[in-house]
Amino acid sequence: MSAADSPATSSGVRLRRALAMGVVLLLLALLPPLANLLGQPFLVTLFTRFLIYAIAAVSLDLIIGFGGMVSFGHAAWFGLGGYAVAIAALHAQDGTAFLGMPGTNEALVAWPLAMLVAAVVALPVGALSLRTTGIHFIMITLAFAQMIFWLFVSVKVYGGDDGLAMARRNAFPGLDLRDAATFYWLCLALLAGWTAFVRRLVGSRFGLVLQGIRQSERRMVALGYPVFRYKLAAFVIAAAGAALAGALWANSARFVSPDMMSWQKSGELMVMVILGGIGTLYGPIVGAAALLGLEHVLAQYTEHWMLFLGPLLVLVVLFARRGLWGALGGRR
Amino acid sequence: MAALLETRRLAKSFGALKATDDVSIDVRAGEVHALIGPNGAGKTTLVAQLTGELAPDAGSIHLDGRDITRLPAWRRARLGIARSFQITTLCHDFSAEDNVALGVQARSGQRVQMLDDARRDPGLRGPARALLEQVGLADKAATRCGDLSHGEHRQLEFAVALAANPRLLLLDEPLAGMGLEDSARMVSMLRGLKGRLPMLLIEHDMDAVFSLADRVTVLVYGRVVASGPPQSIRDDPEVREAYLGVSG
Repeated sequence: MSAADSPATSSGVRLRRALAMGVVLLLLALLPPLANLLGQPFLVTLFTRFLIYAIAAVSLDLIIGFGGMVSFGHAAWFGLGGYAVAIAALHAQDGTAFLGMPGTNEALVAWPLAMLVAAVVALPVGALSLRTTGIHFIMITLAFAQMIFWLFVSVKVYGGDDGLAMARRNAFPGLDLRDAATFYWLCLALLAGWTAFVRRLVGSRFGLVLQGIRQSERRMVALGYPVFRYKLAAFVIAAAGAALAGALWANSARFVSPDMMSWQKSGELMVMVILGGIGTLYGPIVGAAALLGLEHVLAQYTEHWMLFLGPLLVLVVLFARRGLWGALGGRR
Repeated sequence: MAALLETRRLAKSFGALKATDDVSIDVRAGEVHALIGPNGAGKTTLVAQLTGELAPDAGSIHLDGRDITRLPAWRRARLGIARSFQITTLCHDFSAEDNVALGVQARSGQRVQMLDDARRDPGLRGPARALLEQVGLADKAATRCGDLSHGEHRQLEFAVALAANPRLLLLDEPLAGMGLEDSARMVSMLRGLKGRLPMLLIEHDMDAVFSLADRVTVLVYGRVVASGPPQSIRDDPEVREAYLGVSG
């Protein structure tokens, strides 16, 4: 983050940015009634997908854009979060236990659990992966994600490569998640909350060191920062964020499958971050909406929609260093 | 005087090349110890072993009597060894003030804060501004580091090294590539710190070395060929032939 966020940034500018952010949030919150008015109720489901992927993309931007760790295995945490919720629901339904623990259909238990599971697995995976940097880091994160992918393909009790269906969405106190609009609003609130959290994180003492490591690891070591621990902490937090998205996805689709953690999915998340703007935090939200929206629109005309996405990505990478967010005039 | 930093028979080879060959030197409290030698003498390799970036093949390094030979780099920094780099390693996307604030933060302890606002923390920003003032960069506080000139980078690099409140400063060619004016300013800053902060100074500028150093050690092909007060080094015939004669 450059001078745009230095202490010199005037309070007027900050106020205007907060206002703009509030207007965008309000518009998004008004989507369900608007979609009904327009007679296009499916828009709510489509936008719910945008929001869920945006949570995963924002958490990936934390490590790519601020930590300089280009992970090609982020979908593993997305899938793990989804499976944690679906498996817990399955055991709750069957009344069976998982390693001695009962299942649950409670969102307030299952979703934090999903984040915890991803964090616990991400800790050793990150610790091993972070012994490498650059292209090796990309490859090793890909390899770990593929291992987790194949693990779920081979576990037949949880559906193997057919995936695992959820009988119903999780129970959330006071909310009926079966209602599309309610579920949408909850996803919107979680995206807003997660983004606010990550934004705070990158501006904190921890976050500035993390960004310092991306720019000059040697300098941070010479100053006495245990850079490995900082990177690992960011890696684990990002995994937990993707797992939250995966938990929501499992609820949205009432279905999980190993596809959630395929390398193609990891690639899609990277495209969202790059398309939206690396290191901009809000950009990946735009990137998620742009990629999924484009897919939705183009797929109506041709199954080769990737053919049109490719050139767009090339243009963005070549001409808009800060992605769509930068092109929209947004700053970090 | 007791040695603050000391190496005992330090050795490091790269294949057949002995980059550090049986080097025993020390930096005592309050002194400026200059390390000179022709290019390829192994000065930077020696510094890398002192900071922990390279592990020596043999010998040991002691800080205040404590063996730090196997300590990782960041732990040595926490013990008070600060350094400036020959090639600037600042954070280019950060403002000058952010760079120094990271140094200030480094000395404020291990406690990791994840949800504070580090850019509005007077405990970090105050000392950072004071240091920028000290090195003459007060008006560049908000400037993106990547947009600063080479001379300003060296000044900033120096401010960052000081920010961590070190017990010992390792300066790897702090004057390299500097113009006359910037160079003079840096020398006077170093002179201002002399006596308060022990320094190991690696520098090619002989005028600066002889005006700042209390002791000078000459390194040639990884070996110490002479060590002593500046005057005796200047007059040493072996040194004159091996080094000073060549560089004029």
